[in-house]
Amino acid sequence: MAERKIRVLVAKPGLDGHDRGAKVVARALRDAGMEVIYTGLRQTPEMIAEAALQEDVDAVGLSILSGAHMALVPRVLELMRANGQGGVHVFVGGIIPETDAQALLDQGILAVYGPGTPSSKYVNEIRAAVLGEVAA
Amino acid sequence: MDLVAGVLAGERLALARLITQVENDTPEGREALNRLFSHTGKAHLIGVTGSPGTGKSSLVNLIAKAYRTPADGMQPCKVAVVAVDPSSPFTGGALLGDRVRMRDLAGDPGVFVRSMASRGALGGLSHSTAAVVQVLDAAGFDKILIETVGAGQSEVDIARLAHTTLVVEAPGLGDDIQAIKAGILEIADILVVNKADRPGVENTERALRSNLELAHPERMRTGSCGRGGKANQPKSGAPEALDEQIWVPPVLRTIATQASGVTELVAAIECHLAHLRVTGEWQEREHERLQTELNQLLQAVLVARWREGVSEAELRDVVSRLQDRELSPLKAVEQLLDLDAVPESY
Ligand code: B12
Ligand SMILES: Nc1nc2c(ncn2[C@@H]2O[C@H](COP(=O)(O)OP(=O)(O)OP(=O)(O)O)[C@@H](O)[C@H]2O)c(=O)[nH]1
Ligand SMILES: [Mg+2]
Repeated sequence: MAERKIRVLVAKPGLDGHDRGAKVVARALRDAGMEVIYTGLRQTPEMIAEAALQEDVDAVGLSILSGAHMALVPRVLELMRANGQGGVHVFVGGIIPETDAQALLDQGILAVYGPGTPSSKYVNEIRAAVLGEVAA
Repeated sequence: MDLVAGVLAGERLALARLITQVENDTPEGREALNRLFSHTGKAHLIGVTGSPGTGKSSLVNLIAKAYRTPADGMQPCKVAVVAVDPSSPFTGGALLGDRVRMRDLAGDPGVFVRSMASRGALGGLSHSTAAVVQVLDAAGFDKILIETVGAGQSEVDIARLAHTTLVVEAPGLGDDIQAIKAGILEIADILVVNKADRPGVENTERALRSNLELAHPERMRTGSCGRGGKANQPKSGAPEALDEQIWVPPVLRTIATQASGVTELVAAIECHLAHLRVTGEWQEREHERLQTELNQLLQAVLVARWREGVSEAELRDVVSRLQDRELSPLKAVEQLLDLDAVPESY
């Protein structure tokens, strides 16, 4: 069997129209050899959880610049757990104030990435989380 | 969790996980395919192919929706979608974006959408697409829509896999006869000119029609995918060729962004299905497909088994003798397999 392919869902929850970051991240993950499912803008948490399930992804990346992360992220986590996907790693990026970032980490998000994050950082950390290794 | 039992019981998480096993060709995936095989053969497989960006995903979205909400009090079909996008030959990564156009299908438990990367295969599908489709078939989906890679080198694979193949074109793709690949017309059961809101629809339509007329009936009959069709007089609108035992690929106009022409398109798909059933072509094609699959599998397994018994050194030696022109390829095979002569019908 060939090397294990990592499948990642990159999604934009809510009414947030800032999709540049999500597209940059999706491309960076693809260029790192991952299979990236991109769902487009304006996804409800229900749509994201459903896509994560059908696609059986190893990780989910949520990009949020609208300020609505404290409402959207916990809902996605809750739905994924209800679907039996509590073991899937979830990452968040965008405009997330420090205190909120900590709250999200406490709820089970693996990492939060702000503007200017170099792609090598999240690529390595996502890969490490999925493959169960320590990030390089 | 027993994934096979879960799939047969309609559990979506089990289905999703088993598809991953099958896509990765794991031992668990292979074992599951063995167990599921007796449950397959019921679904109507609908292929959707065509140049990049012509609107395949948008149409798949609409077709699936139409099957979920049939008009005249008919039972809605369970619909699965398999959408294949290309893997990068350099990094092996892939951006699977077909779901962007399928948001209408969200939240419907009668629909299951799965994206796949082509993983190096060139025919518009990945090597495991057929196996994944089998799993969905066993899971009880009535209609399985399979969207190929837009830039497929040759899309014959989809015609072999699907019962009904849609070829989607759009105006303004440099139109005209050259742009329309010959092979693609031979595999089309239904030709769709999408983006009919764009200028140049008539040209595209005319180019498709005249190409259809040029296509040799004889070739259509004996073509590699065994398609029927003698008198290729293209017609528009719903095909009427049922009782003549001849399928004439209709050319249909759609505007996916306005959901226009979809009713006619779905009617044509159903008409083709009826044609396959009435003429016995369904069985014929099933037979042919299974035979091809068996042959391919046999070849792969025979080679793999034989390889277990030869050393790398011996192979390397033979190849270098080929390179030195000491040995011809046929002689090399005779020697490697220890034969007096290769069989005449190899
Ligand atoms: C460009 C931009 C726009 C563009 C968006 C174009 C587009 N299609 O994306 C336009 C002009 C349309 C726009 C509109 C608005 N914007 Co604006 N916009 C910006 C701006 C200047 C840059 C965003 C950007 O594209 N950055 C470049 C990308 C590559 O970076 P990124 O998204 O941050 O992503 C990186 C990381 O965050 C991380 N990352 C992000 N997501 C993810 C996901 C994963 C999984 C991972 C691993 C990493 C990751 O990695 C990326 C690469 O390093 C920001 C300010 C800023 N400096 O961030 C404001 C900003 C986001 N906008 C803002 C606002 C308020 C708006 C508007 C509401 C009105 C307005 N004031 O202009 C509208 C709303 C639009 C809508 N419908 O939602 C605010 C948001 C405030 C908040 N959240 O509290 C900001 C922060 C400006 C500000 N300081 O007020 N905007
Ligand atoms: N004007 C017009 N645009 C359309 C129509 N159908 C689709 N589009 C647009 O064409 C673009 C491509 O549509 P898709 O459905 O993604 O096409 P596709 O063939 O699946 O694309 P690939 O999978 O990338 O090959 C999108 O921006 C659609 O909105 C149509 O009938 N008219
Ligand atoms: Mg598509």
